[in-house]
Amino acid sequence: MNSLSNLKSNLAKIVPVFSELSVYNEKILIVPNNLLLISLECLKNHFVYQYNLLSCISGVDLITSTYRFSVVYDLLSLVYNVRIRIKVFVDAVTPVFSICSVYKCADWWEREVWDMFGIYFENHPDLRRILTDYGFEGYPLRKNFPLSGFVEVRYDEVYKRVITEPVVLTQEYRTFKFTLPW
Amino acid sequence: MLLKKKDLITELKMFTINFGPQHPAAHGVLRLILELNGEIVVNATPHIGLLHRGTEKLIEYKTYLQALPYFDRLDYVSMMCQEHTYSLAVETLLQLKIPERAKYIRVIFAEITRILNHLLAIGCHAMDVGAMTPFMWAFEEREKLFEFYERVSGARMHAAYIRPGGVNMDIPLGFLDDLYIFCNQFILRVDEIEEMLTNNRIWKERLVDIGIVTSKSAIEWGFSGVMLRASGLSWDLRKSQPYEIYSNLDFNIPIGSTGDCYERYIIRVEEMRASISIILQAIFLIPDGLIKVDNYKIVTPSRCLLKNSMEAVIHHFKLVSEGFKVPAGETYAATEAPKGEFGVYLISNGSEKPYRCKIKAPGFAHLQALNDMTKGHMIADVVTIIGTQDIVFGEIDR
Repeated sequence: MNSLSNLKSNLAKIVPVFSELSVYNEKILIVPNNLLLISLECLKNHFVYQYNLLSCISGVDLITSTYRFSVVYDLLSLVYNVRIRIKVFVDAVTPVFSICSVYKCADWWEREVWDMFGIYFENHPDLRRILTDYGFEGYPLRKNFPLSGFVEVRYDEVYKRVITEPVVLTQEYRTFKFTLPW
Repeated sequence: MLLKKKDLITELKMFTINFGPQHPAAHGVLRLILELNGEIVVNATPHIGLLHRGTEKLIEYKTYLQALPYFDRLDYVSMMCQEHTYSLAVETLLQLKIPERAKYIRVIFAEITRILNHLLAIGCHAMDVGAMTPFMWAFEEREKLFEFYERVSGARMHAAYIRPGGVNMDIPLGFLDDLYIFCNQFILRVDEIEEMLTNNRIWKERLVDIGIVTSKSAIEWGFSGVMLRASGLSWDLRKSQPYEIYSNLDFNIPIGSTGDCYERYIIRVEEMRASISIILQAIFLIPDGLIKVDNYKIVTPSRCLLKNSMEAVIHHFKLVSEGFKVPAGETYAATEAPKGEFGVYLISNGSEKPYRCKIKAPGFAHLQALNDMTKGHMIADVVTIIGTQDIVFGEIDR
């Protein structure tokens, strides 16, 4: 544990960070977007960190804040058996730098974030949609995307193919508010 | 007319074939675009998302308890392991300490689930490669294990049994006795399956030295679980970052060296044996006591209490209609699911619904490396490699 606390105090000296915090014993670093690549390279290759495995990349839509999206990188060091979470905040138009050059497996995770949130990754080798249907429009995990979506598909007997139609709901999706009305 | 020799030589170009999404060896709905040079794979591009159900989006619209059953349906062959991860994430946010007995029950079921998964993985892998019999034997054992699921939850597969705050119900009387009997006979079944495969010449010819992953590239691709261990890395979250009561138990984690498909098969078999040993230890160590936390703001009161106490009924009503509020925060919980590290990144904004729930599926990272693993192999080996990766589309497409 001693080495871990040393590591924490030294981290800000080596890696360019905005802030570093710890929630439920999980370490979180907030990194400026333009320095993301350098920070990750540092964390991956520096002898005292060696966060060599990228667990996953997640996007978060913080619709009410100035920086609308955050991209979260979960790293794991197999050598020191520690995890760290790197966060980058961007607005809806700023691209994030792709980290494929540092972590090879970032490829699909970034494609997923692009697919779901529409966060553009600069220098990504192959930024295509991954999980949604061919020809899908919109970014489903954004908070302003409706749960039922905009279009639905069905097989049409006349055309003998699958056709896309606007969603028609007989009843609107109800969100229940549980604050007492009286 | 004289034929010139150069007109007779036909030049073979690379051709592209479409593998799946309805191919039985594609393990669900994998669509692979294979570029072939003769029978050699030059490029394999997986197209995924054909089973995308928007789980992460749906969870944002459900209460914490309503979100739980979605986890059964992600990787539909290792159901409870995923409920487990999600429950751990919610418990971290709630800062809950769950009773000892619940921890043991969770571990027993996590290991039952591991056996369920590996039986399917080995059985289906063997069937993809051409051995029909182990598949049948494996499914007979799976059926027995489903019965254990059924006895505690009422459902064969999608149990929704491990819940935030403990487990839903206590295990029925005589359950552990039957589990003990099962464990003792199951060891023999594993031996039988191994007799069919381990020294089988055809099986070895198809698996040995196929899809080799070095330890370096396994890390680079973000592998976890069996895929990582077969490459010679000693990494198991049950050992390295123990959760529940794994630190009290004594078990081995098998580690490979070459990182080929055969090694991964051997590790899966050995892991089943290790799981049996964990279950046996847990059966002997399991204490009496509560099976969920004693806080009716978070867990539903027992059925018996519901019949007798008005307060319990009110609690129950509030829980199933409104749900419980979780303090704002975020956490990444990861457990050793049968396929690898299954992670849940959960963000709460203080309401009764998750603000964001990111599901880290191990298969997603594994499938990404398919192109690298299959490059230069024969087309028949693609099937072997898909089988060894233990792909399940429920978790990859989410």
